[in-house]
Parts: sequence; C-alpha cells; structure tokens
Amino acid sequence: MTNKKPKLAVWKFASCDGCQLSLLDCEDELLAVADAVDIAYFPEGSSRMREGPYDLSLVEGSITTEHDRKRILEVRANSRVLITIGACATAGGIQALRNYADVKEFARAVYASPEFIETLDKSSPIKDVVRVDFELRGCPINKSQLLEVISAFLNHRKAAIFSHSVCIECKMRGNPCIMVTRGEFCAGGVTNAGCNALCPTYDRACFGCYGPNETANTTALAHRLTELGASPIDIQRLFHTFNAAAEPFASAGIKYAR
Amino acid sequence: MTEVSISGKVILGLEGLGKIVSNLRREGYSVIAPVFEAGVMKLAEIESADDLPRGVRDQQEKGTYRAEQIEGERDLFKNNVSCFSYKSFLHDPHLCVFKAKKDENGFTIEKPEREEKRFAFFGIRSCDLTAMSKLDDVLLQGDYVDSAYDDRRKPVMNIAVNCTTSADTCFCASMNSGPRARANFDLALTEIIDDERHVFLCEVGSDEGAKLLCGVPFEDAPDEDDRAADVLIVAAAKMQMRSIDTSGIAELLQRVQTSHRFEEIAERCLACANCTMVCPTCFCTNIFDVTDLTGDNAERVRHWDSCFTLSYSQLHGGSVRQSVSARYRQFITHKLGTWHDQFGGIGCVGCGRCIAWCPTGIDITEEMAVFRQLAAP
Amino acid sequence: MQQRSTIAPNSFDALIPETARVTSVRKETVDTFTMDLDRGFRFEPGQFNMLYAFGAGEVPISISGDPADSSRLVHTIRSVGAVTKRLEALRPGDMLGVRGPYGEGWPMAKARGHDIVIVAGGIGLAPLRPVIYHALRHRDDYGNVVLLYGARSPEDMIFESELHRWRGRFDMGVKVIVDRAPSSWRTHVGVVTTLIPKVYFDPIDTIAMVCGPEVMMRFVVREFQNRGLTEDKIYVSMERNMKCAVGLCGHCQFGPEFICADGPVFRYDRVRDIIGIREI
Repeated sequence: MTNKKPKLAVWKFASCDGCQLSLLDCEDELLAVADAVDIAYFPEGSSRMREGPYDLSLVEGSITTEHDRKRILEVRANSRVLITIGACATAGGIQALRNYADVKEFARAVYASPEFIETLDKSSPIKDVVRVDFELRGCPINKSQLLEVISAFLNHRKAAIFSHSVCIECKMRGNPCIMVTRGEFCAGGVTNAGCNALCPTYDRACFGCYGPNETANTTALAHRLTELGASPIDIQRLFHTFNAAAEPFASAGIKYAR
Repeated sequence: MTEVSISGKVILGLEGLGKIVSNLRREGYSVIAPVFEAGVMKLAEIESADDLPRGVRDQQEKGTYRAEQIEGERDLFKNNVSCFSYKSFLHDPHLCVFKAKKDENGFTIEKPEREEKRFAFFGIRSCDLTAMSKLDDVLLQGDYVDSAYDDRRKPVMNIAVNCTTSADTCFCASMNSGPRARANFDLALTEIIDDERHVFLCEVGSDEGAKLLCGVPFEDAPDEDDRAADVLIVAAAKMQMRSIDTSGIAELLQRVQTSHRFEEIAERCLACANCTMVCPTCFCTNIFDVTDLTGDNAERVRHWDSCFTLSYSQLHGGSVRQSVSARYRQFITHKLGTWHDQFGGIGCVGCGRCIAWCPTGIDITEEMAVFRQLAAP
Repeated sequence: MQQRSTIAPNSFDALIPETARVTSVRKETVDTFTMDLDRGFRFEPGQFNMLYAFGAGEVPISISGDPADSSRLVHTIRSVGAVTKRLEALRPGDMLGVRGPYGEGWPMAKARGHDIVIVAGGIGLAPLRPVIYHALRHRDDYGNVVLLYGARSPEDMIFESELHRWRGRFDMGVKVIVDRAPSSWRTHVGVVTTLIPKVYFDPIDTIAMVCGPEVMMRFVVREFQNRGLTEDKIYVSMERNMKCAVGLCGHCQFGPEFICADGPVFRYDRVRDIIGIREI
C-alpha cells in the first residue's frame, strides 16, 4: 500500500441518516478512521468537501427520484470501490413499502401540496442502478461491522462479515430461542446476521432489519409462525418492513398480504 | 469422617450437597449448574447449593420448550436437559488463535494469554457426560490436540445427576447414553424423595470425587435405597417416547444419500443452524483473520461454525453444498453415520436438544425412522 | 479407522504458523505463480502446507518442490481469492506464515517396481511435480514413468520449461494436450482422457496418480478402467474447504473422510461411492 491515505466519501440518498451516524458514533475509533483514511466528502461530519475521485464511497439511502438516479451514476463513476450501507441502500429500505402501493396516494395523504412532489414509483436499492462492490446490511448498520468493512478494504482482505442466520450469533451469545420458549414471531432464522442478535438478547423477537440471509426459507418460517398463531398480517409485516423489496422477503410479504 | 471407597455408594442430604458445592468452590472451581432464568433452565455459575432451583418442571416437544417452577415442590432435579450444553464452557464460541503484529522485519506472531478456568459441572446429565467424551474423541484423541479445549477439559469435575424423569424429546436410552451416568463422573447423584426424606444416593466415580465428600455428613447406602434409585432411573428410561434404531445405521445412511426425502426436509429447514449450536457434540469451527484500521495488528479468530451455512463448504467457484437438502444430509449422515468411521461410535447422545430447539420442529428421530423405511428392501 | 498421518502428535499450537521469507517468485500463467520460501522440512509428495498471509488468512497449498531438497519450500499457487491474491503480492524478502506438512500424499512406496502414469489437469500438476522429481531421482525404483498433462490452452500450462525438459528425456514419457489452441500448436487438442489410450503401460503393473477438477478425474478413472486398470491402483487428490488442516474444524469432510488428514490423496476405491454424489 502507498503512504497516501485513501480518499473516503460518504453519500446520502433517500434515508434517515442513521447509518451515517453509525460512523460518527464510532467515537473512540473515529480518530483511527480519520487517521487511516482521508475523509474527503462527508457532509454529515464535516463542512469541508473535496472533489473526487474517491477510493472508497459509502452510500446510504435508496433511489427514489430521477435526480438521485442520475446522481448515483456520478458517484459510481467517481469511486474506485462503492459500498452500500444499510437497508435503504441495500434493499430499498422502509420506503420500498411504496413498491406495493400507490405512491401518489401516499403523497396526497402526507403532503399538503402533493403536486410539488416528484418521485419515482419505486424505491430501489443502489445495486439496481449501479455496480456495488459490497453491501453492508442493517437498519441501522452495526458500527463494528462498518469498521470491519473499512479495515478489510484498507487491508485488501475479505471482510469477516457473514451471510448466515441471526440464530448463530444468538446461540453464540447463549440466548435460549424465544420462538421455542415463548412462541415469539421471530425472523432470526431467515435474517442475515450482523447485529450480534441485538433484539433477542434484549428478549425481543428479531424483526428482520438485516434482510434475508443466504437461502432464507421464508415459506418454512411463515408456516411455523402460522402454527404459532401468527395472522397473515403479522407475517406480512414481518417480511415487509425494512427490507420489503429484498427477495425472498418481497414475495413472502406479497403472498401474505392477500 | 472416613474416606469412602471408590466403589461405595452413600446417602447424603441437602446439607451434604451444599457442602460439596462449597468444597468445590474452596478448591477454586467455578461451579456450573442448571439455574432457572426467564422460564428456561440455563447453565450458569452458582455460589451455593441454595442457588439450585426447586420444583422446576419442563416440557420439551418439537420446536417447543416450556418450564415452570411449582410452588411447594422440593425436588432439585426432576427436570430435563438444559437449553445449552456444557460445550459452551469447554469449546469456546469465540477464541483468539493468535495475534500477529507488523514490525520492521515483517511480523511477529504471539499466542494470547488465556485465563485459566476450572469448571465443576454440578447436575450434569448422562447424555451430556457422554457428549463430553465424544468431544474428547474429536478434539483430544487424534494426531492433533485442541489445546484450548484441553486446557478447559483437563481440570473438569463432573457431579452427575441420574435422570429420574425424561422429556418427550429425550431418547438417550436408545443411544445407550443414559439416563444413568455410567462413566466419566466424579460423583453421581440420584435424587430420592419420599414422605420422610429428601436424600441423594451418591456414587463415587473417582478419588477426586471421594475427596469432595470431605466434611459431608453421609451414611452408607442401604440396599433398598440403591434399588429405589434403580427403579426411578429405569422408569425414566421407560418414559422415553422417542428412539433411534442404531443397528446398521452408518451403512443405512450411505444407502439413502440420494433420497428425495432430503429435499422434503429442506422445505421445512431454515438452515438456521440452531440444531448444531445446541448439539453437545457438534464441534465445527470457522477460522478467519481480522485486522485493525492501521493494518498493523491482525488477529486470527476461531468461531463456532455449522454445516448448515453456505460458507462452510466454500471452495473457489462457490459452495459445494448449495442446497439445504445437501446440508441437512451432511448433518445427519455425519452425526449418525460417518462419525463412526472418523471417531468410532455415533455422534448423537439422544439429548433431544436439536428437536426441541429447532424453530420449525424437525425431529431427527422421525427423519431417521423415515430413512430406515426408505432403505428397507 | 485408518492410521492418521505419520506426523508426531502436536498441540493446538499447530494452528500457529512459523514465519518464513519469500526467496523467489516466478509467474507460471496469467493467474498462477510459484513461490520459494527460505525454510524447508521433509515432506512426502502430495502433502500440503497452510500458508498464512498477514491479516488476510490461511490457505492450503500443496508443496510443488523437490522432496529431496529440504533447504526450501516451493508452492505453486493460483490467485483466486483474497488470501492467494495477497500471497501473489509478496516479493522476495517478504514474510509469510507456514505450517505443515499435512495429509497423506501419493503412494510412492507402493508404486516402487511398477509403472507410474500421472494424469494432471491445469494446476493439478503442482502436487504431482514432487512425484516426478522423486521418480526421476530414484529412476531405477520404477518402471515406465508417464505424464499426461491437460490444460485449457498453451498459456494455461504451468512448469512449461520443465515439461520441455522432461519431454526430452528418454526415460520418461510426456504427452500434453490443450482444450483449445492456436493453429501453431503442434501437438494434441482435446481432453486429457483421450491421451490414455495413446500411451503404453501395463495395467496389471501400474499405479495411476490423478489430480485435476473432480469431473476430469472421474472421466480419467473411467478411461483407466477401460484400459484394465483396477480401482485399487488409481489414486486421486481431492479438495474441500479447509480451515485447520489438522482434523479439528470439521470443514473438509468428504463423506467419512477428512481431506486434511485422511487425504488429500485417496485410493480411488475408497472414494468411489461418494465422489459422484451431488453436493457431497
């Protein structure tokens, strides 16, 4: 590696800023990050903004407007490596619920003057528009995973980030399964790990904010949840919240919406 | 106080149990026992025998575990296997293999200091005792020794409890690993409760076990107590509703490798890996590197892994076991079949955890019965 | 259970590598290179080492050097993943970690007094090169020595200058074939199995050693069987995901076998029943 520090940019698209905040939330490690990379563009963190090209772009948010669709093309063209952070950028986010409804009706319900709203019918993940080098899951992302991804990028190695279920992290923490002990409607078995089983550790069912894990078997989970007393609406909501546009959550949610 | 002979059986009371725990703690042991927490029997460190919960009753079924504490009940052990096994204490879920640090010459590797821990497993059941000896076969008996496991395993004291009840998920009797503790224990207790007494028949399994009885008030066990304990243990075995017919099982599983039944199972299987996490003999680990942001410090980390993950069989060009059916096949054929070729015996002890803790209730005994039928000529 | 490898029992510290330095790097093909290390130890042809790239991880790599040369270790590596890419970036003087040798190698002792037919595909020649070194060094111990080597194209062949040298010898047969070639290519085009009927060996007195992609090995075995070679005389080298290399992590299971300890080289009849099963 050369001595020149890699240039980092952080971009915001349709999102709540929570994932960017994870970077600021790094506190102790933030200095180390600032030491390891040249933070060239990060409006949330610094008013000093410098031109590209950038070695690493972290992209938060989904594509919901024509303007943003064009903007992400520029970001991609200016970035050697592009990593999406969070459920919005990776799966369309909670705003992808519009994909299954009439967005104009939403706009009329929310805005006093909906005629000023220019928006696309669908909220799309970044990968639908440009090539993405790595996707970091979560709503919001886990800051230690973010640091791991940045470290792996800097050190040219594979990030120690896994695509297996939340259950593995949950059991490694020694949590008894709350689906088994209490019949909770837990999505952990089909949800990507990375949060270190945060919700189940605090005695709450996983609601799938990291999106589907590798080979997620939503059919089997939905079947079992039904046996445990879940209504179709319960199941639809479990799959259609933060990662509604990510398969197989997308299809499973549609199936139970009927 | 006299020393008891190793083959002797004695009768002791609750006070004696307390003394055993305090003797262990005085010797520097962390005493790990099942405790009742948030509706579940979990393994945790206890400070005295008073921490042992009374009157806990559990029900374990496919994908279901319920336990409650019955007011007024005195018993300590009329419940079944805890939700996790003792594997968590001996075979760390997370472990640092080594640390490496960059320097002007390249890098240096250092072995991390590891805190010494001495565990006494108080109330360990015979399925878990058997599982421990199976883990020993894997991690200690080959050409290479897992010294991280060895460090923890060597000083272990086992105060076993013979089961006097069985859960609906238990099938140790058919796996020949319970409900009576036969080996590997320092002391083995059978709880006997009648109108007048609440006592424990205590069998001494080792010199160290005998030493634990120092200061413990006990009497030689009369034959009728020995027989009473037998009756209770035999009754526990008879209660078992599940079983696996192990005759010719390795060969049988060879024959059904291409069965469509695996695809049917995969329709129900989340590949979430809960079964392998709670299994007391599943030993697989993943090993990988992490670095800090400077890139000057690397750490080689070992985690529990599972044959149900896609990355488990990762080769250049993708995973060998893409389908969940192939992953379930790996799990069951290894556990019940190829284990025999690798380590001798069978990899399952019939604790039933994989049945109870499977979120969708896949039952290894049921599946095995189906495979036996399919393989029938 | 078969006797595990002959290496002395070791502790878990066996997961801790020794450091070594790169002494030379040679490019073999566009993505394959051969790297020499400044340390050596005794190994059997077919055995492998775990190579550690600082901060990136470990990979199992078969030893491709001369077993008689204990002054250095030679590995031929295809750069396909994060760790092998990091190894590829190493230059003479750079440090890496190494531990080994592991596994059961080729049956050199059993092959003594017999013909040896070696069939390799692509980088599969790397773990077989020590066999050739050994057989040529102890030439009188063996009958005919034949190498059949297949690669995708002339550019994908490794050890090219040695292949020329071996082909020039009177005491060794070498045939090379490529899947596709420019018109200037003057020898065989096709798959390596088609070479088997073209060479002389005595099927009742031959040991075959095969290394390449699994599907290639299965076809090669079939062709050998057509020539009358029985399964107990055919040896193949298998591959699965490997993390610890010492039989403790579970990953490299292949049916009842641990590739790291029971293999990577297996007598064919031992793996025959499982090798063709999908996703095994």
